[in-house]
Amino acid sequence: MKSAVVQLPGLNRDRDMIAALTLISGKAPVTVWQTDTQIPDVDLIVIPGGFSYGDYLRCGAIAARMPVMQAIREKAEAGVKVLGVCNGFQILLEAGMLPGALMRNASLRFVCKEVKLEVVNAETSFTRAYDKGQIIRCPVAHHDGNYFADTETLKTIEGEGQVVFRYAAGTNPNGSINDIAAVTNRAGNVLGMMPHPENLIEAAHGGSDGRGLFASALDVIAAAA
Amino acid sequence: MIKARVTVTLKNGVLDPQGKAIEGALGALGFEGIGQVRQGKVFDLAVDTADRAKAEADIKAMCEKLLANTVIENYSIALA
Repeated sequence: MKSAVVQLPGLNRDRDMIAALTLISGKAPVTVWQTDTQIPDVDLIVIPGGFSYGDYLRCGAIAARMPVMQAIREKAEAGVKVLGVCNGFQILLEAGMLPGALMRNASLRFVCKEVKLEVVNAETSFTRAYDKGQIIRCPVAHHDGNYFADTETLKTIEGEGQVVFRYAAGTNPNGSINDIAAVTNRAGNVLGMMPHPENLIEAAHGGSDGRGLFASALDVIAAAA
Repeated sequence: MIKARVTVTLKNGVLDPQGKAIEGALGALGFEGIGQVRQGKVFDLAVDTADRAKAEADIKAMCEKLLANTVIENYSIALA
């Protein structure tokens, strides 16, 4: 499976993402710049974390209006998988490709630590390698990860299986409503998450709990097991 | 040239941790009776046109497309 990593000024987790995708798929992803209006033929597009445009206005707001996002939107509508991690999640929300919004952490502090995630939906193309209810470790590092959605939207996403990961009991680091850590769009091919699975994929990271996400999305579950 | 001020505020029901912290700090300074503090943003724009209706329509589009995240924020426009 082929993948692409989006690059924008201020994103700084692109190298981690490229390393993870290369390790797990055996192929280096192509990189796509913010002004690109065409995206090569790939199966997975990843928007990594960082601080695009210095978090000016709102996190991800300016990046979400760059030309590359229109190309990503068209690919997503055609069924290509899109993953946004951390700032990438914020960008997908600002682009209107996922429901809800991310607010300043309830503690008002930047959090950088490991949390535990509960796999709520193991039937998405990003989580097939996990079991429903499984608890995995995952690092977080963000200042604006406090997920919010209005009552009606919450009801819809909870009812439609769009909540994919929750912070496990007692580990919600940011005040997210319903402990939500990751959501998909209605079709299930666009996933946004605050935690960084790309930073827990090999022994040097102290664990490989994040590997299943990429193995699922890249269709190499057996190889990664 | 038409000058305008756009005010962006959080919708009711959206948690505002920064407003809460400011509320607490005001209380700590001895200000009493603060019911609630909500933090927002102000944008001052100068639009190069004499057509007020066009300026207002353009600024509304700017609010919808960029200045406000209408999932969580309301906006208001005041032309000078």
